[in-house]
Order: sequence, then C-alpha cells, then structure tokens
Amino acid sequence: MDLNFTPQDEAFRAEVRAFIEANNPVHLKGVRRGEYRQKEDFLAWHRILYKKGWLVPSWPAPYNTTTWTPTQKYIWNEECARAETPMILPFGVSMVGPVIYTFGTPEQKERFIPGILSGDVWWCQGYSEPGAGSDLASLKTTAVREGDHYIVNGQKTWTTLAQFADWIFVLARTDKNAKAQEGISFLLVDMKTPGITVKPIITMDGGHEVNEVWFDNVKVPVENRIHEENKGWTCAKFLLSHERAGIAGVARSKNAIGRLKDMLAMEKIDGEKLIEDADFQRKIAELEIDLAALEFTELRTLASEQAGKGPGLESSILKIKGTEIQQRITELVMEGVGYYAVPFSDPLAHNEFAPGPDYAEGVTQNYANMRKTSIYGGSNEIQRNIIAKMVLGL
Amino acid sequence: MDFSFTEEQTLLRNSVQKYLQNTYDFDTRRKVSKSDAGWRKEVYAYFAENGLLGAAIPEDFGGLGGSAVDTMIIAEEFGRALVIEPFIQNAVLAAGFLKAAGSTAQKETLLPAIAAGENVFAFAYAEPQGRYNLADLVTTAVKSGNGYTLNGYKAVVSGAPWADKLIVTARTSGGQRDAEGVTVFVVDKNAKGVSTRDYPTVDGQRASEVTLENVTVGADAVIGEVGGGLKIVEKVTDEAIAALAAEAIGAMKVLNDTTIEYSKTRKQFGTPIGKFQVLQHRMVDMFMNYEQSVSITYMVTLKLEEEEAERKKAASAAKVQIGKAGRFIGQQAVQIHGGMGMTDELNVGHYFKRLTVIDTQFGNVDHHLKRYASLG
Repeated sequence: MDLNFTPQDEAFRAEVRAFIEANNPVHLKGVRRGEYRQKEDFLAWHRILYKKGWLVPSWPAPYNTTTWTPTQKYIWNEECARAETPMILPFGVSMVGPVIYTFGTPEQKERFIPGILSGDVWWCQGYSEPGAGSDLASLKTTAVREGDHYIVNGQKTWTTLAQFADWIFVLARTDKNAKAQEGISFLLVDMKTPGITVKPIITMDGGHEVNEVWFDNVKVPVENRIHEENKGWTCAKFLLSHERAGIAGVARSKNAIGRLKDMLAMEKIDGEKLIEDADFQRKIAELEIDLAALEFTELRTLASEQAGKGPGLESSILKIKGTEIQQRITELVMEGVGYYAVPFSDPLAHNEFAPGPDYAEGVTQNYANMRKTSIYGGSNEIQRNIIAKMVLGL
Repeated sequence: MDFSFTEEQTLLRNSVQKYLQNTYDFDTRRKVSKSDAGWRKEVYAYFAENGLLGAAIPEDFGGLGGSAVDTMIIAEEFGRALVIEPFIQNAVLAAGFLKAAGSTAQKETLLPAIAAGENVFAFAYAEPQGRYNLADLVTTAVKSGNGYTLNGYKAVVSGAPWADKLIVTARTSGGQRDAEGVTVFVVDKNAKGVSTRDYPTVDGQRASEVTLENVTVGADAVIGEVGGGLKIVEKVTDEAIAALAAEAIGAMKVLNDTTIEYSKTRKQFGTPIGKFQVLQHRMVDMFMNYEQSVSITYMVTLKLEEEEAERKKAASAAKVQIGKAGRFIGQQAVQIHGGMGMTDELNVGHYFKRLTVIDTQFGNVDHHLKRYASLG
C-alpha cells in the first residue's frame, strides 16, 4: 500500500493540467450551470474534449482510443475540478451512448453515436413519470405497435434540459400484461416528431432545468428501438449502474470547500473573521473529515476496479455520501453569507442590482437547487435499499 | 497509488486470524479479563515469538522491519478479537519513541527487549488536570547530579499493571501547558518512589494510577532532547491513533456482521427484523460508517510519514471519524439486539465498551475536531 503516484501518473497530470489551462473556456469559469445563457455554453467543453479525444475515456474501441487507468481518470477529475471546468452533460456520453454501443444494432450505432460524440445531437432522458419516481418500473407511458411504428402516449417528467434536446430516450410499456419490469422497451425518439410537447417546470430556486415531456400519439419507427421488445429494463438497469466513477464528486467538493473557506475569510463575526469562529470551524472540520474519508473510499473503489474486480456496490456509498457532502457545502456557503443569502437572483433574467458581495449571489437558490441530488439518480433511500439487499443480504 | 496488500501481509493477517480463532474465543477472553492477572502471559509470549510485537521494529534491533501497514493489519485483527494484551502500548508507543528519538544504546537494549516481550511497557502521559492536552503537565523532572528527579501523578495508565517499564512525560522547564519543556523518560516501574494502584477498566482491560515521588533516573533515561519531547510525543501518539483506528475497524466489523446476522434470525411480528426497512437503513448507515472508517484508517496509516501538519490532520481526521462511527455502530448494535444487547453474556456489549473507550484514548472527537480545525 502506498499513496505515491508513479512518474507516468505525474507526467499525465502535467499533461492534462497544461491542456486544461490552455483550453478551459474561461468565460464560463465559476458560472453556475443554471446561469448558462446559451445552449453552446453547455457544449463548449464537450466539443473541446471531443476534438482532443478525451471526451469518453471509459468508452471502448473503436469509439475511443484513450485508455486511461482508473488512477488517471481520478487525476483527470481532480484537475478539472481544480480548474473549475464546465461539467460534461451525461445524457449522451454517459447514458444513452453506452446503451447504444452495448445493445444497439450496427446501423443504430452508425446512426446515433457520431452525433453523441460530436455534441451535435443533444439527448435528454425520458425515464421518470408523475407516478413513477424511485419506483421506475411502475411507469405508464405506452408504446403500441402499429406496423413499422410504435404509437407512444404518456408523460415523462423531471426531464433535464429537454428544452434544448434534439432526441429523447424513452422507457415505454410495450406489454401491459407482463410483470412490471418485463413489458418495457427502450425507444429513441426525435423531439421534432409531431405530438411531443415540452412544458417547463420551474424549480424552487427559480431555475428552468427540468421539464415535462408529453407524448400524444407520437409515431416512433420500430428501428428506433434499442435491444429487443420488452427488454428495455435490461438497458435501463445497465444505464443506471454504468459510469459511477466520479459520482461522488470528491474533487469538485474539495474545490468548493476551498472556495467556501476563502469566502469565510472575508466574512466577519463580532469583528473577527468568520473562519476564526470556533463553531464554524467545527462545522468545516466535520465536513472536511467526511470528505477525506469519502476520497479514500473512492480511491479504494478505483483500486478494486484497477485490479479487475469491478467498482463493486460501494458505488451506492459514493452516491449517498457524495451528495450529502455536496448539499452540506451549499448549506455552509449559505450560512456563511448571513443576510446576503436573502436577495433573490433571477436565473432566467439578469438582475439589474445584485446586493451584497459577488460570492453571495444566489447562494440560497443553489442550496435549494442541490436538494435534488439526494432525490435523483435513485434517491438516497433507494441507494440504501440497494446496499441492504445486495451488500448486507437483508 | 496502491491499495493492495503484499503476499507477506496477507499471510500475516491469516496467521494472526488463525491464532486468535483458536485461542481467543469470546468466553475465554471474558474469563481472562476477570482473572487476577487480567491477561495471558503466554499469549503475549506468542505475539513476541511470532514477530507481532516487532513487526514494525527494524531488523537491526530484533524486529521484522515491517511498516505501519503491518501494524494496521495486526491491530485490526486484535480489534476483531478484543485482544487485551498491550500490543499498541509496546509495539507502537514504546517502540515508536525509541525508533523516533532513542539513542543508539537505548535502541540496542530496549527495542529487542520489546520485540522479544522481555520488557513490557506502559505509556504514562495523561494527568488528571490535563484532559487530552499532551503538554499539560504538572509532573516535573528536576536535574539532580547526572540525572533527574521526577515527581508527579499519572492517570489511567493503560496496561501499567502488566508493565515493568514506564515511558513518562514530565516537565523539565516552562509553564504547565507550554509546548517547550516537555521531556520523555524511561522509568523502571519498580524504581524507588514509583507506586501504582491497579484497577480494571470498563473495556475489560487494566490500568493504573501512577505516583512518582522523588524518583531518580540517570541522564540515559531521557528519550530524545531534553525539553523538546512534545514533538516526539505528538508523532508517536499519532502513530498510536492510526493503530487504534485499525483496532476500531476490527471491532466495528464484528458488530456489524453480528447485527446483520441477528436481524436475519430474530423474528418479531412473525418476520425477521432485518426485513423492516427502518432497521435495514440503520444497518446500511452502520455499514457506511464502517467503510468510511476503513478508508480513513488507510489514509492515516499511509500518511504517518508525511510532514507534520499533514500527519496531524490525518490523525485527527481519523480519530474523529472512528470516534463518531464507533459510537454510532456501538449504540445501534446494542439497540438492534434489543435486551440481549444489554447483557454481559453477549459479545456485543463488550465491543460497544471497547469502542467507547477508544474514543477517549489520545483525545476524543471534540478534542480532535478542534485540533484539526487549528491546523487550517
């Protein structure tokens, strides 16, 4: 056991750091995603990495020629966090892409993969429904076969950034009589198809991230179905378990705590710096220690992956603890700001007047927004169910 | 970065496990703990003969020349079996002082004696007024002739009833809580002026109150620099914290496994209680607390040789994590075992008590949160 990086790892770090410094779209640095104005803002970093060949280091050949070790992926995540690069949207490269290259036909791969990689086709995820959240298999959207087409009817919800999407991947029920998980198919649907309506959902932070997507007799060619009919649940499960590396967000959280501390050094309490306040120090210390333990849990996961043992079910721990820590950081930022946590900063329009220090803008909204992390991607309670069943054997 | 164990380390773990399975079952431990001696000399002798006490002592001084990772493996297995015999006091603390600051003569005589189990040490550092502050010392050592005269009182000296030698911290200069002026001594327990009162501790071990009354020692009893001992004490206690963390994860693992097993067999309302989601989630939280503790144990063990501030932060982080996790897991294991968890007959309460005691050793959660925060 040791913590040393090999000379190759150090050389890799130097290489990616130099690349990031030269290419990070600086106009987006420090801008929260909810404040991006343009569709291209979301894609800027994606396109840069695509050009470099570093977009999908976890993908197999022939789509990817980069073969990073888990340690190198860890270094990459650290360096991106350090430089505050934009996040890569997961819907194409981490979700539907792997489903297509794993379960798709050669024609489907040829048709859909290039657009996912180039970023020219924006995907969104049609999973959740008003009546099917954590219990995903209870979904009610139907796809009825009529000749060469399915006729899709129903409603999806919490569809992130559907307002920009060109395509949506949809779980729909193709056999009403089968058991919940056995009658579902995985369909790719062009968002321009007649009968699709996207309605914004404004979340409590005032942002427009998520949407309802309605399907009213939407015609979907049968050739757009991935995998066999009624085998969609296999794709869905695969997608949910895929690409958990980085799910803990350790590197980003470390960076965020650094920024929190910078901020606390500027805030005052009873004439002293807030960062000198014993009560606040204690909260920061607890948070940092939690994160230190999580970092080593992630490293252990990577090590076991590197040893060919697979990431294992610890990934549920990474999700639970990672999101708890992300949420806690936003709480402490908000508490640290004091009264200037109160002004509302409209994410959908530029405020003419932003009272208080720059770092205070929108902190309560960010806190509110981040409550989503323990709900999405399999709520943290569902993650506990998974550990109870799969790890503890209960 | 590498988180794998070497083949030798795996063999070490297996052999310790096997030995403890055969000789350290729970009922035997309970009897030994209540016996007059309170420990088994032959078990300690086995540790010596099989290189466990000298695992991390250099080969030149009678050890096996291993690392903190070996210590971690042994301590974790000892935690699983609730080993009473004073491993950390000797293999980590006494050996640690000598390795870090001992003179050649001290190393040559004392390290082989520790490895062979010929001398048994206890570490007399805590004082009633000092709480967890390692520098808060009323015990004094005053220069007299070629040596020193010690006077003072040491509290809850773990393992002292079995020891023939003590490592004692005393003030040679400075104010009661100054960082400068702390000196580390080796003192024979049977030296004139040393008196002890022995007693059992709640975790089934033994400790002593130690009074030092005009105890004279030679100049060669000083370990390290006169007045500059605090830095060594901090380093060595950080090493002990790493070993304690390992011991703690061993104990936590047993509690978690025992609790999960029990929940599968214990029925209430016609259902195994492990089917109740409220208990499932509780046990998942126990599991996560354990895994996070394992992670932080690796972290502190692998960071013991880093520069001082980094090492201290790692040690304090570990002590906070295992303190919190140990309390949570201990409490929930008792809770889920219900009335049975309360009994002396079941092992659960004994692990609960050991984890509770571990939190107080070398500073509890509150102490280490403060220390962590003070390091920036």
